[in-house]
Amino acid sequence: MSGLLDRRLLFFTGKGGVGKSTVTAATALLAADQGKKVLLVEVDAKNNLTALFEHAPVGFEPRQVHPGVFAMQMDTESSLREYLKVQARVPVFGRIGPMARAFDFVATAAPGVKEILTVGKICWELRESLEGRADWDLIVVDAAATGHVISQLDAPEAIQELVAVGPIRNQTGWLVELLSDPALTALNVVTSPEEMPVNETIELVARAREELNVPLGVVIVNRVLPELFTHADDEVFEALGDPAAAAVLAQHASAGSAAVVEAARLAVSMRRSRSVHLSELRDAVDLPLLLLPYLFVRDHGLRVTRMVAEALGQELT
Amino acid sequence: MSAASPREGQSQSLAALLSTREVVVFCGSGGVGKTSTAAAAALTAAARLGGKVLVLTIDPAKRLADALGLEAFGNVARRVPLDAYAELGVEPRGELWAAMLDTKRSWDELVLRHAPDEATAYRILDNRMYHNVTSRFVQSHDYIAMERLYEVHASGEYDLIVIDTPPTRNAIDFLEAPARMADFFGGRLLRWLTMPYRVGGGRGGRMFNAASKPFYQMADRVLGSQFLQDIAEFFLNFQSMYGGFVERAEAVEQLLHDRRTTFAVVTTLEGAPLREAESFCRELDARNFDLGALVLNKVLPEYLLSADGEHAAGVFARESEVIARELAATGVPALADTTSSARVLRTLADSFHNYEVVARREAELRTELTRIAPPGPEVIVSVPAFPADIDDARALVRIGEALFAVDAPGTIAP
Repeated sequence: MSGLLDRRLLFFTGKGGVGKSTVTAATALLAADQGKKVLLVEVDAKNNLTALFEHAPVGFEPRQVHPGVFAMQMDTESSLREYLKVQARVPVFGRIGPMARAFDFVATAAPGVKEILTVGKICWELRESLEGRADWDLIVVDAAATGHVISQLDAPEAIQELVAVGPIRNQTGWLVELLSDPALTALNVVTSPEEMPVNETIELVARAREELNVPLGVVIVNRVLPELFTHADDEVFEALGDPAAAAVLAQHASAGSAAVVEAARLAVSMRRSRSVHLSELRDAVDLPLLLLPYLFVRDHGLRVTRMVAEALGQELT
Repeated sequence: MSAASPREGQSQSLAALLSTREVVVFCGSGGVGKTSTAAAAALTAAARLGGKVLVLTIDPAKRLADALGLEAFGNVARRVPLDAYAELGVEPRGELWAAMLDTKRSWDELVLRHAPDEATAYRILDNRMYHNVTSRFVQSHDYIAMERLYEVHASGEYDLIVIDTPPTRNAIDFLEAPARMADFFGGRLLRWLTMPYRVGGGRGGRMFNAASKPFYQMADRVLGSQFLQDIAEFFLNFQSMYGGFVERAEAVEQLLHDRRTTFAVVTTLEGAPLREAESFCRELDARNFDLGALVLNKVLPEYLLSADGEHAAGVFARESEVIARELAATGVPALADTTSSARVLRTLADSFHNYEVVARREAELRTELTRIAPPGPEVIVSVPAFPADIDDARALVRIGEALFAVDAPGTIAP
């Protein structure tokens, strides 16, 4: 498990709302703290990843958002432009503008074209680093959500099957090679201990095994609520509901004592219902599970990213 | 009318809102509990307002299907047995029906309906590009959801339709889906792209005009001419459905703007979902859609913010030893060990303070909601955080009660 950050390319997926971007950013921060130079790639066009570093949005060109962390926003048009210039040696000046919409149209319909422009750019950065022309120690990708990540990572192979000849096919070989190398690449799933996220995670892991050659890494369970009481203490807590005990509490703390007990009851039952989902996940998925605690904090931004990174660091040791 | 939130002189409860509408579209970002909220609203509307109510959902959790007493959902609506709800004190005046959106099947049906003949329909359905186009193109999930809504509404079978929307990267996508679909088929772009293949005819023969030539040169270099030809051939077939699609997309668009249709935006009081909900409210307003309700879901109870509670937590922490001794004196067997009792009291205090922080964050975000531009939603309701999952009929009933309450406070039901 501690080897996770020793790989070179980490994809993070997960259901919306589980904290996928925060965990991705925290991973980048953790690696940077260990002295790595990290490229953080945001694939979905939400453009809010850099806010987790208290930094303004970035574009296709990587920008340093924190010491050691460089962020870029994926954009298939820019990726195409770069590909044409660097690989196909097609001179593109201003002309791509009017053509972009047409190409976008074709690329959206044609299986795998958009995906390959995304995955291709990411793998290109990896290859450049492996061959010494770039110096990313680690590339961390806030990838598509669970529903789309398979088709995103499967694109190179899908194109191999679909297209017999042509330039796009010729590009797929080296992509597949990098993506399927367990020493280099891992697909990680972020989830939370709730019904739908856990179900999606179980499904995704099964599908990824079946349909993808990309090695699976870890499952990160975010927002795990703390266990308030041991079994023995739980009995003490239950006994506080006894009228004689309640009277003692009310005598010391008046009206508010009931609220404090009620709040704990809520916390205990939320924890209990979530731990059911956590064990379902544990039973169904044979990948390392990393547990990150629910953070009882007021703000967002870098401070929270750092707290998540620290928790992640502890789970990885 | 001057700015006020919620709007003056309008319905102040979800019950009043729903009783004057035929379609309610539930939207919001992923993970906020949209599907359960939509189901609970439909259930409660069927129970309290009567009539025939349909909940059209996208991807329900197995437990929700169970809670509705259904083995499985399908494209065909099924009646939800309400016996279990009668036991919970819900006296159903009307009927509840449920259906799930099967995107693939709905698309197939659409192609079969709009293709000029069966041969063309199957040429489209069998094309390997077809799956790709229907699963990803122009927000096709969104389009198909709106299209199904139109069809169900046009059938006139239901008094009220509650529809859950697909999780989208961008919540406004589905509002634009019908227009985009029309634009896609009607666009010059499609004609322009397929022209070389139509004029040249047959394999290998392509005729370019001056405008499209550079594009094809570039596309050939990237995709290869064979791949490009496959794509163009598919578009040629697909284009034959033009007329039917455009007409339909316009009708769908009209239904969404109809005064009998309203939108309910669901959010939790967390930063990211709330920002998305706010921007969604603005987009609805900018496009002249009716923002009927804003639902604040999974809200922590208000007692976490009470001064009494805060005081009590402080006392529990400071005087844990003293209180523990008095608890032991009550003679309750489980409270005999003062060390354990003191530890439990301190844990209670810690936990209260933890959740208080979260509740305070929620309250601050709630205050910021005033940033939503006027006129704002007609109704704002809060649904409390329930300790357990929405896994049974009881939970749906409780959400429904909170939704239909007038000016529902964020408190937890006992």
